[in-house]
Amino acid sequence: MSETIIEMKNVSFQYEYTQVLNDISFQVKEGDFLAILGPNGSGKSTLLKLLLGIIKPMAGEIKLFGQPNDSFREREWIGYVSQKSNAFNSGFPATVEEVVKSGLSKKVGLFKRMPKDAKERVHQTLKSVGMEKFSDRNIGQLSGGQQQRVFIARALISEPKVLILDEPTVGIDHENVQSFYDMLATLNKEQNITIILVTHDVDTVSNRISHVACLNQTIHFHGYKEDFDSISQEQLDKWQGHAVRKIH
Amino acid sequence: MIAAILNYEFLQNAFYSGLIIGVIAPVLGVFIVVRRMSLIADALSHVTLAGIAGSLYLSQSISSLALLNPIYLGIAASVSGSILIERLRSLYKHYEELAIPIIMSGGIGLSAIFISLASGFNTDMMSYLFGSVSAVSRHDLWIVIFIAIVVFVFLFTFFKEMFVLSFDEEYAKASGLPAKWIHLLFMIVVALVIAASMRIVGILLVSSLITLPVAASMRIAKGFKQTIFYSILFGEAAVIIGLVSAFYLNLAPGGTIVVTSIIILFLVIIGKKSVLKIKAERG
Repeated sequence: MSETIIEMKNVSFQYEYTQVLNDISFQVKEGDFLAILGPNGSGKSTLLKLLLGIIKPMAGEIKLFGQPNDSFREREWIGYVSQKSNAFNSGFPATVEEVVKSGLSKKVGLFKRMPKDAKERVHQTLKSVGMEKFSDRNIGQLSGGQQQRVFIARALISEPKVLILDEPTVGIDHENVQSFYDMLATLNKEQNITIILVTHDVDTVSNRISHVACLNQTIHFHGYKEDFDSISQEQLDKWQGHAVRKIH
Repeated sequence: MIAAILNYEFLQNAFYSGLIIGVIAPVLGVFIVVRRMSLIADALSHVTLAGIAGSLYLSQSISSLALLNPIYLGIAASVSGSILIERLRSLYKHYEELAIPIIMSGGIGLSAIFISLASGFNTDMMSYLFGSVSAVSRHDLWIVIFIAIVVFVFLFTFFKEMFVLSFDEEYAKASGLPAKWIHLLFMIVVALVIAASMRIVGILLVSSLITLPVAASMRIAKGFKQTIFYSILFGEAAVIIGLVSAFYLNLAPGGTIVVTSIIILFLVIIGKKSVLKIKAERG
């Protein structure tokens, strides 16, 4: 029986008068590759923000690795990769190496210096995402897909147990999306990193994931990929408002 | 001038303060520029002016305060201004830049009132506006040294956190960094540096020493550390050339330092363009 890594129980959240998430309960176990699907405005990003502890739920309980989210201190166990478009200033003067190294800062902790082997670790991590040749480049000179790989490396360098990705492939061309998901699948299988992926690309991702959650303010479905496949298209349309298309 | 520096204390004060500011202003400037906060430095310098003007007025009207060094009220105004800007920025989440005109006009407005109360400009006021080679006291130099120590302690302690925060604020929050506190500390340090720099470059030109060396550096540097290195190099060059020419030509150092910075910036831009052109021609 693998360990429960994330647990949400009856979680609700609203912005001022708008209910965004209503009575959400689900679990993620070690080694899962979960895709969270949902139309725009379904509360996907809010759900991730709750998990990351950036915002707090109005009701319900969130546990990470068995501990309540408020008192969870091992944030370096959770790697986060946000949507490329809104995340950073592409003119930022930093090399790929500097960006990836910054992923260590939480693990190293406040008031402490970077470890001596940081450079070597950056190199190894860049290798695992196929970007070791770019370590001296400025981050703004890379393509969208390459930047996302660098951000994965920044998340991976602190050796997380979970990777949380918020629509990481927005703005990346189709071919690179495929290899990006291949890389995630490899990380999931070979390093047993649990992956939670918020996405629109249900088609591309479907043969790589183990679990699916359909979100539209509340969780309409959460379970194995195989069970998801047996849900009728009409049912999905009802939940999702035509945002999710299944492939057969 | 080297002989003069050895002989005159006032020149030593100006020169040493300048050398220190030439490091701390561009270093903080790198963080300010990449976080797109350049205008905040401008707003804070105008708030500092209100503190200085207020202090000059007080020392005119209350005899026991006659010898009060205006830099203290300047620092107090600048630090309160930085905290106020943050409050306003969180109040107007979708219009964060509104904080800048509010604080800036508030600063100039208050300054105008104090300056007219103190019955107009005098040479002292001019030296605060545009800098001065002769007005830097030993006391001012000690304050500059103290502020430089604060800057270095801050950067030594929070360098990696400041990098993460500047690069990607959302990621910083997601990884559990106390982003709000580090940012507030940063703002206070910026306010201190602005107050420290005004003696040399003058309040109206402080922000140029924070932003211009960085603007030049970003054209040619690779990576963050190199950006910091070149910013300091250009900052120091501007301060040294500016101070020496201000001394010999009897000009306000604020003017000469800023003009030197702009010349450096243009040289870097033109230099880079010609290098790229030559490379392109060679194929």
